[in-house]
Amino acid sequence: MENIILKIINLNAYYGNQKVLKNVDLEIYENRVTTILGPSGCGKTTLIRCINRLHELSPGARIEGKILLKDEDLYQIEPMIVRQKIGMVFQKPNPFPTMTIYDNVLAGYILSGIKLSKEEKDKIVEESLIKSGLWDEVKENLFKKGTFLSGGQQQRLCIARALAMKPEILLLDEPTSALDPIATSVIEELIIELKKSVTVILVTHNIGQAGRVSDYTAFFYLGELVEFGKTTEMFTVPKSKKTEEYLIGKIG
Amino acid sequence: MNEKTINRRIFNNKLYKIFVSSFSFLSIIPLFLIIYFVLIRGIKYINLKFIFSMPKPMGELGGGIFNAIVGSFIIVGVAALIAIPIGIMVGIFLSEYKEKKFTEIVKIFVDTLQGIPSIVIGIIAYLWIVKPLKQFSALSGSIALSFIMLPLVIKSTEEVLNLVPVDIKEAAYALGAPYHRIVLKILLPSGSVGILTGTLIGISRILGETAPLLFTAFGNQFLNLNLLKPMSTIPYLIYVYATSPYKDWHNQAFAASTILIIIVLSINLLGRFIEKKWKT
Amino acid sequence: MRKDKAFKIILLLSGFLIVALLSGIFLSLVFSSIPSIKEFGINFLFSKDWDPVNNKFGALPFLIGTLLTSVISLLISIPFSLSISIFLSEILKNKLISNIFQTFVELIAGIPSVIVGLWGLFILAPFMRTLQLKLGIQPIGVGIFTASIILSIMIIPYSASIGKEVISMVPTEVKEGAISLGATEFETLKSVTLPFSFNGIFAGFLLSFGRAFGETMAVTMVIGNSNKIPDSIFSPGQTMASLIANEFTEATTKLYTSSLIEIGLILFIVSMLINILGRLIIRRFKF
Repeated sequence: MENIILKIINLNAYYGNQKVLKNVDLEIYENRVTTILGPSGCGKTTLIRCINRLHELSPGARIEGKILLKDEDLYQIEPMIVRQKIGMVFQKPNPFPTMTIYDNVLAGYILSGIKLSKEEKDKIVEESLIKSGLWDEVKENLFKKGTFLSGGQQQRLCIARALAMKPEILLLDEPTSALDPIATSVIEELIIELKKSVTVILVTHNIGQAGRVSDYTAFFYLGELVEFGKTTEMFTVPKSKKTEEYLIGKIG
Repeated sequence: MNEKTINRRIFNNKLYKIFVSSFSFLSIIPLFLIIYFVLIRGIKYINLKFIFSMPKPMGELGGGIFNAIVGSFIIVGVAALIAIPIGIMVGIFLSEYKEKKFTEIVKIFVDTLQGIPSIVIGIIAYLWIVKPLKQFSALSGSIALSFIMLPLVIKSTEEVLNLVPVDIKEAAYALGAPYHRIVLKILLPSGSVGILTGTLIGISRILGETAPLLFTAFGNQFLNLNLLKPMSTIPYLIYVYATSPYKDWHNQAFAASTILIIIVLSINLLGRFIEKKWKT
Repeated sequence: MRKDKAFKIILLLSGFLIVALLSGIFLSLVFSSIPSIKEFGINFLFSKDWDPVNNKFGALPFLIGTLLTSVISLLISIPFSLSISIFLSEILKNKLISNIFQTFVELIAGIPSVIVGLWGLFILAPFMRTLQLKLGIQPIGVGIFTASIILSIMIIPYSASIGKEVISMVPTEVKEGAISLGATEFETLKSVTLPFSFNGIFAGFLLSFGRAFGETMAVTMVIGNSNKIPDSIFSPGQTMASLIANEFTEATTKLYTSSLIEIGLILFIVSMLINILGRLIIRRFKF
């Protein structure tokens, strides 16, 4: 029984006069991993930046259409609230260099000026780092700055930071493209674990990764949603010719 | 994370933007205040007579600033003549010998030279030139000003030469050109705009300098073209007139300031304009 | 080949010229200060008697005057300079207006200081006089405070442009990291952007301070030129630079001149230290 947690309705996204997403209709299922797949420039990063309302911060950027999180129109509430409900992990790991690991995990609370007791803070830090698989590696060094960590560890720190806010959806923007193969597989295993507690939307151009971790895949090409379906079905019997061409490496 | 805190945070955000914008605009008000008040009091005293006649003796009304205008022209000109070639050479040195330890040291020394208060430069020029010659002279003033202009030319030259793509140099090497020709015929011409920028900004700077001239070029109520004698300059004249007890001299100080500020800011803006062109 | 060698030697020599020049400046100042150093020793820095008649010289009033004006002007300039840095890098998005605004800020630094002094003497000082009358203080107009205001106007462009450079260099992904967690622009600035740029901003203020420390003409025209230790910030005073400007040509004895040059030496050393420290901090500032 699949619950729909996010509805994207007739979404068009623009940078000035340039239309980068065209008439996108998409439904995301709760506690599943959905991959947004496609070649460079297909609009996948723009799509998730519309979901957490980062897109509108670029000069000349705007959208038409609706995005509903459990029937709540995300463009009718304060962007800050949207971002607290929908977390994001970026392509290049970006822990805050002036903060300790401990504070990095709590950054969402610190930035918003939310006061927590020491017990509450310790609890959130430990839980989030356990969930992102980093706890054992850093528990002795929580009060050091995060910049000594390896790329893969920094990325898991960023995942912990996003998870600490207890978001309903976690957006991952090509989270392993800057990492080595071992770090990549660690994070891929993590993604599969994470869907138990949060809904994951993964952006990637890596077909193998999409095949390994996701339940559903949405294939985008030049700003349009070409096909959406269960990953296993789509990868074996793609319905659209474009999808097939991408999967066999003919395009992209 | 309730309604009230969200609203308070949004309010704080708006407040911060208002504060920062207001303080920023307040900061540039003095620019306009200074230009306005100087121009408004000075402009009515500027006429051809003011520009082309000589000062009257102390206490007498009228007179002009011709000797100061000529003096500024000569002293700044000589200073530039000294600072430009040396500045270019040091700039080439810093750009061509980039990674060497010695170059780092020279860079620090250039930075330090730039930070020396101009009055101390005046003392040095006094010790090195005025004392041995036993008199104030335009030459000592020029040398003081050249020390001030030097770092500006050096830095602009170094910066612009660093921007010359390596492949241009390599193409010249590949053609078998000797090093000194590569520098003089290829490197320098490509960097000429940057050197020009440094020169213009340097000139606009030293045109307005007074402190180093207080005991070097000193002043002269007569027109003097001899580099080995004291010479009047516009900023020095402004200082003497402004701090004197004579109202007519105060007015002349404003008039001279109007002329000076227009010239200095124009050259400065021109230098900046050219700089933007090659820095992008 | 031979021409190349000669050319390279000339280049190297020009580098040496700079080293020689600066060393020469330092050595000349030291050498000419020796009579004064011999006569007064370390007490020069602590004595407040500046007495040309009796050939006794102490630099304390001018050390105090310089410190007061530099520190006060720095403090006044901080909110304005920081605002400009933030305004130009974070708030103003239109490139053209941003360039124009930045040009205006930097033009202030282009105004000859004697003209700023002229404005200070004839427009700011009378204004201060009226203000002082209202406050019930001696309406002198010129003094430490007026000089500090003039200085703060003059030094703002230095720290503002360094601050703007440094804040613009904060990587977008770090700022977006904060925004994606739900932070407002202000919260991102406070907790992420400013801590990240702290070193560079600090160095910018250090450079501004160094500029205020050595400024001569504008200060000389509005500080009141009193060689006594000021008793309030509205009193007239004297800085090291303004002292030299005022009295160097009047110095009659060798000791008098030497003392003035020793003060010049102090100016040289302090400005050099501030400058080197500031530039070191900027160069190390790569995250």
